[in-house]
Amino acid sequence: MSELYRSTLTQLAAGLRARRFSSVELVGECLKRIERSQGALNAFISVTAAEALAAARAADQTLAGGGGGALTGLPIAHKDIFCTRGVRTTCGSRMLDNFVSPYDATVVARLKAAGAITLGKTNMDEFAMGSSTEHSYYGPARNPWNPQLVPGGSSGGSAAAVAARLVPAATGTDTGGSIRQPAALCGITGIKPTYGRVSRYGMIAFASSLDQGGVLAASAADAALLLREMAGFDARDSTSVERAVPDYVAALEQPLAGLKIGLLREFFEQGLEPANERCVRAALRVFETLGARLSEVSLPHLPLSVPVYYVVAPAEASSNLARYDGVRFGYRCERPRDLDDLYRRTRGEGFGAEVKRRIMTGTYVLSAGYYDAYYLKAQRVRSLINADFIRAFRDVDVLMGPTTPTPAFAIGAKTADPITMYLNDIYTIGANLAGLPAISVPCGFVGELPVGLQIVGPHFHEERVLAAAHAFQRESDWHTRIPADYA
Amino acid sequence: MYDFQLTFRSSSRNRATPMSLTREQLASIATLARLDLGATEIPVYQQSLSRIIDFVGALDACDTADVAPMAHPLAGLSQRLRPDVVTEEDHHEEYQANAPQTAGGLYLVPKVIE
Repeated sequence: MSELYRSTLTQLAAGLRARRFSSVELVGECLKRIERSQGALNAFISVTAAEALAAARAADQTLAGGGGGALTGLPIAHKDIFCTRGVRTTCGSRMLDNFVSPYDATVVARLKAAGAITLGKTNMDEFAMGSSTEHSYYGPARNPWNPQLVPGGSSGGSAAAVAARLVPAATGTDTGGSIRQPAALCGITGIKPTYGRVSRYGMIAFASSLDQGGVLAASAADAALLLREMAGFDARDSTSVERAVPDYVAALEQPLAGLKIGLLREFFEQGLEPANERCVRAALRVFETLGARLSEVSLPHLPLSVPVYYVVAPAEASSNLARYDGVRFGYRCERPRDLDDLYRRTRGEGFGAEVKRRIMTGTYVLSAGYYDAYYLKAQRVRSLINADFIRAFRDVDVLMGPTTPTPAFAIGAKTADPITMYLNDIYTIGANLAGLPAISVPCGFVGELPVGLQIVGPHFHEERVLAAAHAFQRESDWHTRIPADYA
Repeated sequence: MYDFQLTFRSSSRNRATPMSLTREQLASIATLARLDLGATEIPVYQQSLSRIIDFVGALDACDTADVAPMAHPLAGLSQRLRPDVVTEEDHHEEYQANAPQTAGGLYLVPKVIE
């Protein structure tokens, strides 16, 4: 019986090149694992088996001829927020249940051009609004470490799929922690690059000043391999940054000796569970043994990041989601009486509860008489948070702390009170508000549940957080653990 | 058509007691957002939106007197512009394949003018 699923993306790439196995074998094994786990995990919304096998056959021919790109023949999955030409793209919403994208997102096109094979589209919180993947029109995704628990969110389907080794890597998006939080809760590696590093073209918009595409993978080295192909300037995204992309894979082996690590004091004060803190502190000692220097850093405005986020993100969402009007694409209500009825019932029926809540929150904070008090105020505090980070990076090379306050929680435990759910992202939102690159890596277990360490870097220094994560993963084996049901 | 300030005048932002949106205020927000809400949904959103608005009220305590609001997610950068030239080809047939109702290349909606 084949056990290719245990290999990392980096190992699989080498194996395909050396012709030790074929892409058809690899893709076939992944598709079988996806099929067998779907009932338990609900990690996928769509599986494109026939297209994937056809692409695998073509990849094998290319490889046999000595050709191919960096990712030729390697299977991946895309969060269902990325538009995929000719394939249903739902964003986890009834609103887009019937939407077949006429074009590829830049991320999808770049990974395809590098030779990666898409096996399907992963489950997610509707329009990426959530921290548990419970707010999906297609039902909740589940955590492979314990199916009674959430995988985190909103990229929970991608995280569950990689943790259960259904695919070696998957794409995700991170607006307030939606890559790093599920990565932490599922025991895998997840990186959110600098804002502007990965094109947002074809990535369905939630909060455009915060949204950033990234990678969920089994290791920092695998994340580097994928990110190297995804990142880079794209004229079709007006906030894409024209700046050269370093070779993230080549930069992995930087020595850590002398690296200055700032510990985010505020992160160790706010509601961090003692067992999680023990794992994070133990990981920090590993960095010390590698020659890094630790010091405590204070970012005084960071505790305000969650309230800032819950003004800015809903405000941008209410504007972005105005496009879903039942006229040009997506859901339309039955028998509208008039145009206003068409808009109101289409949106009332097509959006789920959390999406409606955020649209209305955004509508409120942007409305006449409240704009200055809420939206402008939040953008001013956002400037202060950004300045805190810039100041901290004058003294340290990276910042570290926990990714989440607790391990994975039970399905249904936090759906009744939105604020309780929002506070899950208390440690991750800061990096989005300031546009910084940040990674979560597995750093221990509380019982059977994984814990994540977060590493935040200065703008455009993905290579630095990847190298730090990689150095840690050479000294630890947390990232190699696979949930028992999928081992 | 909708006077938002009039609707909200009764709710003071500098409040000692928790924020509480009335049913009418919530209905007014839903109208602005073009969302049809069921009778059972309204009290749920009344409660949760009140909680959220209270929660983000924590920002009031932060002194931002001399602070400029962040205008671009990467401080100091501004929106890139491109030359005003046609770059897209006509894809309307492909795009309209996703539309609920079309005729002769046009999107159909209920009659607007009698």
